[in-house]
Amino acid sequence: MAEQETELSDKQKKEIAKWFLLNAPAGEIQYVAKDLKSVLNDDDVYDEAASEAFPVYNKSHMICLEMPGRFGDVLVTSYGELRDNEYLDPKTAQVAIVDHVKQVCTKVRPATDEELPSPYIEEYRCSLEAEMLKYVGEAYPKGSCSVYCVNGKDAEGPGSDFELVVVISASRLSPQNFCNGSWRSIWNIEFVDDVQVLELKGKLQVGAHYFEEGNVQLDAKHECRDSTIFQSPDDSAIAIASVIRHHETEYLASLEASYLNLPDTTFKDLRRKLPVTRTLFPWHSTSQFSLTREIAKELGIGK
Amino acid sequence: MEAAMGLMRRMPPRHSETTLSALLSLLPGHASDLLSQVDLPLQVLSDVDSGKKFILCEYNRDADSYRSPWSNKYHPPLDDAPYPSSKLRQMEIEANDIFTVYCEQYYEGGISSVYMWEDDNEGLVACFLVKKDGSKTGQGRRGYLEEGTWDAIHVIEVGPEEEITRYCLTSTVMLSLTTDDVSSGTFSLSGSIRRQMNMNLPVADGHLSNMGKMIEEMEAKLRNSLDQVYFGKTREMVCNLRPPNEVVQMRLPTS
Repeated sequence: MAEQETELSDKQKKEIAKWFLLNAPAGEIQYVAKDLKSVLNDDDVYDEAASEAFPVYNKSHMICLEMPGRFGDVLVTSYGELRDNEYLDPKTAQVAIVDHVKQVCTKVRPATDEELPSPYIEEYRCSLEAEMLKYVGEAYPKGSCSVYCVNGKDAEGPGSDFELVVVISASRLSPQNFCNGSWRSIWNIEFVDDVQVLELKGKLQVGAHYFEEGNVQLDAKHECRDSTIFQSPDDSAIAIASVIRHHETEYLASLEASYLNLPDTTFKDLRRKLPVTRTLFPWHSTSQFSLTREIAKELGIGK
Repeated sequence: MEAAMGLMRRMPPRHSETTLSALLSLLPGHASDLLSQVDLPLQVLSDVDSGKKFILCEYNRDADSYRSPWSNKYHPPLDDAPYPSSKLRQMEIEANDIFTVYCEQYYEGGISSVYMWEDDNEGLVACFLVKKDGSKTGQGRRGYLEEGTWDAIHVIEVGPEEEITRYCLTSTVMLSLTTDDVSSGTFSLSGSIRRQMNMNLPVADGHLSNMGKMIEEMEAKLRNSLDQVYFGKTREMVCNLRPPNEVVQMRLPTS
């Protein structure tokens, strides 16, 4: 074997540390952080890696944090990011100040007018959010949802295009049962004024991790598109929620179907449950299956 | 080390090679522990004589060369390398032939290899390996899988020969499968599990028969476990995240 490998540079160690943190399954980054610190044995490198990796992880997993002061929860997403550690909660018009590495909301302040959409946009945003909250409350036992305006938030009235984003984030964390999972939906809705159409694009992502005496992970993704007509804020909201509900329900059904197919079809392409003969392998008489079994016949049962 | 193994259990199984290489570079002093406790997807070489593929592992390696079970030659060639005794080599040849047939039956193809060597306690150790590529571009007969691999490693320690001999089997299965279609997107499951099984069996039935039956039983258990328990748990989790409509509708009246 090769002799002493050259010592890793701090930069290399930091990149490796970041990789571990970013690849942690939903809800597990703190556990990964603990093990990583132990393996890395270098707190300075760890701290630097953590300060870079945690924000990316938090936004990508759209973590849900409690805001102090009875404002409810805020979702940490790139859509609501005002500054590196400030996230808008459109529902309450508050801005949450967040410590990424500790994954907590430390402070809350009201949003300024510049940070919020115009009243015209807000009508649409708010109606849609109300409909979405209803839907998420019914469909997801532990889901959170926010609606942001990501384009054209200052439009004063009809005649402008704008874009809203619906974000749904649900997670079930059960570390004592060695099982964690998350569902993330991101729906981009373009309000196209001249043709009076709403273009919807959905990205759904589901992950699950079971790790009792083993390590098995599910990673499923789906993209879909749809459209509906541009109506009043309330009617648009109802129409959008109905499209989203329809696609997400269909997706869940197709996930179920994939699981149902596993044992007899997809898994079979890897390894059958039994040979075509439907009997166990005849370890005593392999001559049945091969063309030249001289050796096996001669040596008998294989000593 | 415990922390390292903890990380192995949390990182996505499909990235196990990257995970291991990251751990090796962070913990060079623990290299031999890590290499013996962590299994990686199996690599393959072609035999220089027959072109037949064989699987690489620690048990047929010496320095940077690997011994083929077909020609018994090291690739690349190596002087002063260890070989099994001629008696053991006979058993090894037969094991490879029979195991190939077993794999054809269960894996409808796949690559297999068996390596044997005498251990220090007058017993022997045998390693049975299987690698199957079930993707539709590989050997997946039904064309369901965009990507699919099954790697199995079975290491059996056979105690000194007595009327009733002790067999200790440690098996690891690593698998990953991905289906991809327009209507349902990408669906990817991957995982690895390791189990042990010890049995005391009459040596009169023959080593190969005893080992073969243990492996068959173990593979069935692992396949079942992966399917029912492991994949089943992830499926349960999906249903917990977003219960199917029927369940939702039943709850509405109470809200």
